[in-house]
Amino acid sequence: MSILVDKETKVICQGLTGRQGSFHAEQCLAYGTSIVAGVTPGKGGQTHLDLPVFNNMQEAVDNTDAKVSMIYVPAAFAANAIIEAAESGIELIVCITEGLPVLDMVNVKSAIKSSGSRLIGPNCPGIITPGSCKIGIMPGFIHSAGSIGIISRSGTLTYEAVFQTSNEGLGQTTCIGIGGDPIRGMNFIDCLELFQNDSETKGIILVGEIGGTDEEEAAEYISSNITKPVVAYIAGVTAPKGKRMGHAGAIISGGKGTALEKYNALNKAGVHTVQSPADLGVAMSKALE
Amino acid sequence: MNLHEYQSKTIFRDFGISVPKGVIAYNVKEAIDAASAIGGNVWVVKAQVHAGGRGKAGGVKLAHSIDEVAEYTSTLIGKKLITHQTGTDGLPINSVYIEEGSEIQRELYLSLLVDRSREKVVVMCSECGGMDIEKVASETPEKIFTAEVDQKNGMKDSDIKNLAINLSLDSSQFDDFSDILKKLINLFQQSDASLIEINPLIVAKNGNILALDAKINIEDNALFRQPSLSDLRDDSQEDEQERLATTHDLNYVSLDGNIACMVNGAGLAMATMDLIKLHGGEPANFLDVGGGATAERVTEAFKIILANENVEAILVNIFGGIVRCDLIAEGIIMAVKEVGVEVPVVVRLEGTNVQKGKQLLKDSDLKITAAESLTDAAKKIISLAKGRPK
Repeated sequence: MSILVDKETKVICQGLTGRQGSFHAEQCLAYGTSIVAGVTPGKGGQTHLDLPVFNNMQEAVDNTDAKVSMIYVPAAFAANAIIEAAESGIELIVCITEGLPVLDMVNVKSAIKSSGSRLIGPNCPGIITPGSCKIGIMPGFIHSAGSIGIISRSGTLTYEAVFQTSNEGLGQTTCIGIGGDPIRGMNFIDCLELFQNDSETKGIILVGEIGGTDEEEAAEYISSNITKPVVAYIAGVTAPKGKRMGHAGAIISGGKGTALEKYNALNKAGVHTVQSPADLGVAMSKALE
Repeated sequence: MNLHEYQSKTIFRDFGISVPKGVIAYNVKEAIDAASAIGGNVWVVKAQVHAGGRGKAGGVKLAHSIDEVAEYTSTLIGKKLITHQTGTDGLPINSVYIEEGSEIQRELYLSLLVDRSREKVVVMCSECGGMDIEKVASETPEKIFTAEVDQKNGMKDSDIKNLAINLSLDSSQFDDFSDILKKLINLFQQSDASLIEINPLIVAKNGNILALDAKINIEDNALFRQPSLSDLRDDSQEDEQERLATTHDLNYVSLDGNIACMVNGAGLAMATMDLIKLHGGEPANFLDVGGGATAERVTEAFKIILANENVEAILVNIFGGIVRCDLIAEGIIMAVKEVGVEVPVVVRLEGTNVQKGKQLLKDSDLKITAAESLTDAAKKIISLAKGRPK
């Protein structure tokens, strides 16, 4: 078992014919992901990477019956791509594109609210169920099928958690990079709920960072809903107040969202927190004993 | 991206939002001309820097004669203003805004921003204008009022009226307030603002409502579609190294420690800083070389890092995903040769083509210390950094 994506998952790639889309779709195909079509407006009817290309999402969905899309279109067009995917009945939209204007995301969130589509990202590495389905830009080879669910706001830090759980021999059920933008699709709680209900997931790793209050809300959710061991690390203990550290989300505003507050909330919820990002794997092994 | 007060007020005028008469001046002569053109007998001379707290820091002066306008202008221009938001170096004052004096009846606070938890634009206001609003918010949160803005339909008239009542405005001022708020919402959306803050928004003695201060931040991600606003960028108000980094697609923030780091990914970069601190060191910077790091970018990154004279050691931490470790290793070798790195360098590589990358570093005759793990990297860099944290 896994969550959201597995061997049967059929994927449409929005922006397939672009440089980013081509490169990463090829990597996903090599990993074994079942990409069934691409969408690029104006290029309908062409074939790219041996895949049919459609002008819009509705045509692609009608012709393939895919339920998942991954988006590599440039930031200026990504919001519309997400909304188009939701309107075509896609169940899971994975938006890899970074640099979406925040007001576009405000529009996206209100537009897709009633659609029933789930959104991962934007500005994220994507989602992977090791050995079955890779949707995104993560290096497939560091993953191994196993029993840990990973949820992370940061790309390369997700790879650390993956690498360490692979080294510990635990492996992963599914890994989700939810992205670092202030307004995004799925949050920690959405993913926690799915991992709790997945019988194969034995433990959950949560990688957060300063800014916002998602980790605090996750802590509250964990204390009353999650029975599996959770290990957490929060990046940004040393980030000075008010300075921007790359992710738009990593802004400390009004004294809220500091690493200390997040750690306190998680500790209170019984989460196994680690102060060093190097300890994620070991801490999970210990928590499972 | 921050705008100056005078730029923000020009935009306010364009959108029909009332502000006092004012003119920007870059020297004493321009200031005198500005004050004469504005007329009256009281002027405010306001230092234009990208920071709040200007008044307390002596950057805002009340002048009662043209001579005083000249005098204050000459003491401000060319100096640096240090406020609680600028850091100890302060920011250069290259211009002053000469504004007519206003007869103030009441000072209010009004701002618009994106609230990440509500996923909406919100309006925040308070009767406690003209003071440190963060203090007001933390000590007396009941004095701050907020309302949501619908992206399509703006704000409901009833919500606007409620805010006006919260601000204890006279019913004769409701229309005026509603007009200002609607124009601000329009301005926020049209210009991809991430923040508009007016502190204070004043009720003048004659009952008119106008913006005595104006602060607009434009969201960086949206600058691509705001070319005329992008042109308003003032490089002099930004850290030179940070600005230089941006031109090379690097994300750099300078800090006070002595151990520099170069990392791919913002989260891992923050985590690397945490790790240095956890093991007793002090990070000198945050630097994310990004996902598409090339040899050239790595070289530029070394140059930017080394421009900080506090740096006594450099930790490179790369988890190669899409980026291959052998390419990064080549970049490091090239950079160390080209830039002439004299301080110790510790490199931790993991991920795609890691063995090839490690071998390349080993075969180079450069003094680069390889680290076997994250923890090993942190310990090695701290023992190699000779100085004490400053």
